[in-house]
Amino acid sequence: MSNQDFPLIFEHSQESRTGFSLPEMDVPEVDLTEMLDDRYIRKNEADLPEVSELQIMRHYTGLSTRNHGVDSGFYPLGSCTMKYNPKMNEDVARLTGFSHIHPHQPVETVQGALELMYDLQTTLAEITGMHTVTLQPAAGAHGEWTGLMMIRAYHEANGDYGRTKVIVPDSAHGTNPASATVAGFDAVTVKSDERGLVDLEDLKRVVGEDTAALMLTNPNTLGLFEEHILEMAAIIHEAGGKLYYDGANLNAILGYARPGDMGFDVVHLNLHKTFTGPHGGGGPGSGPVGVTEEFAAYLPKPVLTKKEDHYVFDYDRPKSIGRVKPYYGNFGINVRAYTYIRTMGAEGLKKVSEHAVLNANYMMRRLEQEYELPFTQHCKHEFVLSGKRQKKLGVRTLDIAKRLLDFGYHPPTIYFPLNVEEALMVEPTETESKETLDAFIDAMIQISNEAKENPEIVQEAPHTTVVSRMDETTAARKPILRYNKD
Amino acid sequence: MEFRYLPMTERDKQEMLDTIGVKDSEELFKDIPEKVRFKGELDIKPPANEFELTKELTRLAETNVNLKSHTSFLGAGVYDHYIPSIVDHVISRSEFYTAYTPYQPEISQGELQAIFEFQTMISELTGMDVANSSMYDGGTALAEAVNLSAGSTKKKKVIVSRAVHPESRAVIQSYANGPGVEIVEIDHKEGITDLEALASELDENTAGVVIQYPNFFGQIEPLAEVRELLDTQKKAMMIVSSNPLALGYLTPPGEFGADIVVGDAQVFGIPAQFGGPHCGYFATTKKLMRKVPGRLVGQTKDEQGRRGFVLTLQAREQHIRRDKATSNICSNQALNALASSVAMSSLGKQGVKKMAWTNIQKTAYMKKALEGNGLSVTYQGPFFNELVVNLGTDIQKTTKRLLEKGFIGGYDLSTDYEELSGHMLIAVTEVRSKEEIDKFAQELGDLHE
Repeated sequence: MSNQDFPLIFEHSQESRTGFSLPEMDVPEVDLTEMLDDRYIRKNEADLPEVSELQIMRHYTGLSTRNHGVDSGFYPLGSCTMKYNPKMNEDVARLTGFSHIHPHQPVETVQGALELMYDLQTTLAEITGMHTVTLQPAAGAHGEWTGLMMIRAYHEANGDYGRTKVIVPDSAHGTNPASATVAGFDAVTVKSDERGLVDLEDLKRVVGEDTAALMLTNPNTLGLFEEHILEMAAIIHEAGGKLYYDGANLNAILGYARPGDMGFDVVHLNLHKTFTGPHGGGGPGSGPVGVTEEFAAYLPKPVLTKKEDHYVFDYDRPKSIGRVKPYYGNFGINVRAYTYIRTMGAEGLKKVSEHAVLNANYMMRRLEQEYELPFTQHCKHEFVLSGKRQKKLGVRTLDIAKRLLDFGYHPPTIYFPLNVEEALMVEPTETESKETLDAFIDAMIQISNEAKENPEIVQEAPHTTVVSRMDETTAARKPILRYNKD
Repeated sequence: MEFRYLPMTERDKQEMLDTIGVKDSEELFKDIPEKVRFKGELDIKPPANEFELTKELTRLAETNVNLKSHTSFLGAGVYDHYIPSIVDHVISRSEFYTAYTPYQPEISQGELQAIFEFQTMISELTGMDVANSSMYDGGTALAEAVNLSAGSTKKKKVIVSRAVHPESRAVIQSYANGPGVEIVEIDHKEGITDLEALASELDENTAGVVIQYPNFFGQIEPLAEVRELLDTQKKAMMIVSSNPLALGYLTPPGEFGADIVVGDAQVFGIPAQFGGPHCGYFATTKKLMRKVPGRLVGQTKDEQGRRGFVLTLQAREQHIRRDKATSNICSNQALNALASSVAMSSLGKQGVKKMAWTNIQKTAYMKKALEGNGLSVTYQGPFFNELVVNLGTDIQKTTKRLLEKGFIGGYDLSTDYEELSGHMLIAVTEVRSKEEIDKFAQELGDLHE
């Protein structure tokens, strides 16, 4: 450690200093060596830091000041829906009756928790237009895999073992093809057309009797609504395939359209995106999956059901794909999402999408003056710019992103989707005020001007952060993945 | 209706519509085909104000029996432990919980460094070279380990002990169905994995062997002997699922030559919250480092030579490798990894050992108390913080009676083990007092008679 480095918690450690206060050891002590073979008694102690409580608090408070969250400032990270995380949700999730209940308690002692889960399931089914929803998957990618395993089980139950391929658009999230592989399928790519939508001709070319499913985000990762969704659904269904909806972009269409009405068979949602479960620095999320009636039998076990006024878990599901997670999903995140939905109601949720879409279109129209806009139609909740013009001046999209840090913003998603050169993907969300959007637009315009007049200031950015650009190459070539004392 | 999360005024809206060049917001939704436009209003509960909704949900929460209203001896993978107050204060710092994946290291050093420290603590506890930034939970981490062993060894058979958590085994099976890994379960004998069965199943097609340490019954599996068996099939991986608290006192799996160690850090600073979110961890050897699922944080330097941290070895991950990724995992349990890091820092080197030791001591006391009340403890081998007791009664009925006395009873083992009907799995952690243990043992004794 040099004196300009922020210390690691281990570097505060001093032998015999303590930060704990354990309950009293109030039972007669026995000699454990009589019970336990010496080989199983640890000799080299786990070298955890020995620090006082104030040292810990200062350490993590210091770290928090070296981190940017939605509460710190604008966070227009495309495809991630970085909206405000209501504080009330945090309080509700911490209520003792929700946070300190054990998953194996008898069901009659946790009816309140089950009622909330059941109501959330039902509400999400209504929002998505699906028949049944499971809350078991822990995150979006986990939901994708769960959904694909159900599609696989469905085809196999029909004796249809030849359906080995899952079609994903070239603009899709990386999790789509990765989930297809984990579920035992081969991923096949379908191209986008010049308008940024799935190329129907290419879809007809790749679809066939080996098609298990098409995975689609709608609006897609360019923020564009797939207008030909019904034609696409027909193409896939006529070939005997199924339609999978990646709910990453649901924030654009709440109350305006429902995946179930578009012909989707299986849907996952990201409660940490659309429904304000906080992102937590990378999780925990929650990835419920909704299905049509014909898929209900394949849902993961157990299925939460209502019998008269009583909630029970149904384990007797012979066609189920099995368990996808111990217990019943990320309940704590589900409580937050439920609280949010109850706060907004149908009227509020529709306004969410209206405002999210208005904000995105407003920013897009103002920014297209300075930045290349590859797809010019109205967008939904997000849009993708290209840094092509700036690249010609020697300023890359990465530089623009780094320069935005100097203005106190988290940059947009960059270099994604892959089908746009030097992509900058902006998602403002509905919770940002017009003043914030205007200030960000001004910063983007200033950066564009700097690229023309003074490119070094962009190329060398950031100038104001606690560290400058990192040597990522060495990090990957000679990985140091843990602290070593010497 | 007013919505406090939506700042757009009518005037803002009009200015924006003018800039966009449309008459109203409806025009922005015209690309949604008429046929799929949702016409009515969603049939969900109406919007609720903060005060009323808080009241309603507080009342709903209060209907649940919980680990504070009752004295719990329920464990079976989720434990009631001491959580230092400081944990919630740290994770309530909104710079942490309102951030996302630290893809921009210059403004994410806080999260990145916290994860780097978490990786170090898990490496220390497990005795492994590297640990990742977290997994969803112990069960899915174990399932990923199983699939990794099959992928890496190019063998299809994985042997799983029946003394592994039943829900984890169910998840292993679901995950194995993807790539078509064959799961062979071997029985337990006297509460520990049947080593003879392991020896006879272990062959050249074996990709890995899964053992839980301490196991589902609380018994400490003889990892040294498992290692000896595995040495006869060198390619087969030793996969160990471990309660990381136990490793404060027990020799870590890394010292027995484990290839992958996984588990759940819920024991460190994370409340039960009805089973999730918890915090899976995944630790392994340098050799397997480039095959690890999920995110890894590495140390490096910035342009001025200052120490800093970045997400690294990303060529394994879905956003780079797409269908060739080592896993599809994207979001993990970062905030809970932070909670566990704070709890582990609070405990420190001495505290984690003391807490683990106290768990064994109190469980040993429970064993005596049960035996003193005329009950028979089923397995006599060394244990960590759980015991199996034979009550010879319907456990569900017993549990109901215990509830009336203010106790949340143990786990009904007949749910997963036919041979263990009438048996209860009892967990005793450091938060249970002598008095509570005495009373509980006495109640069980009374109910048994």
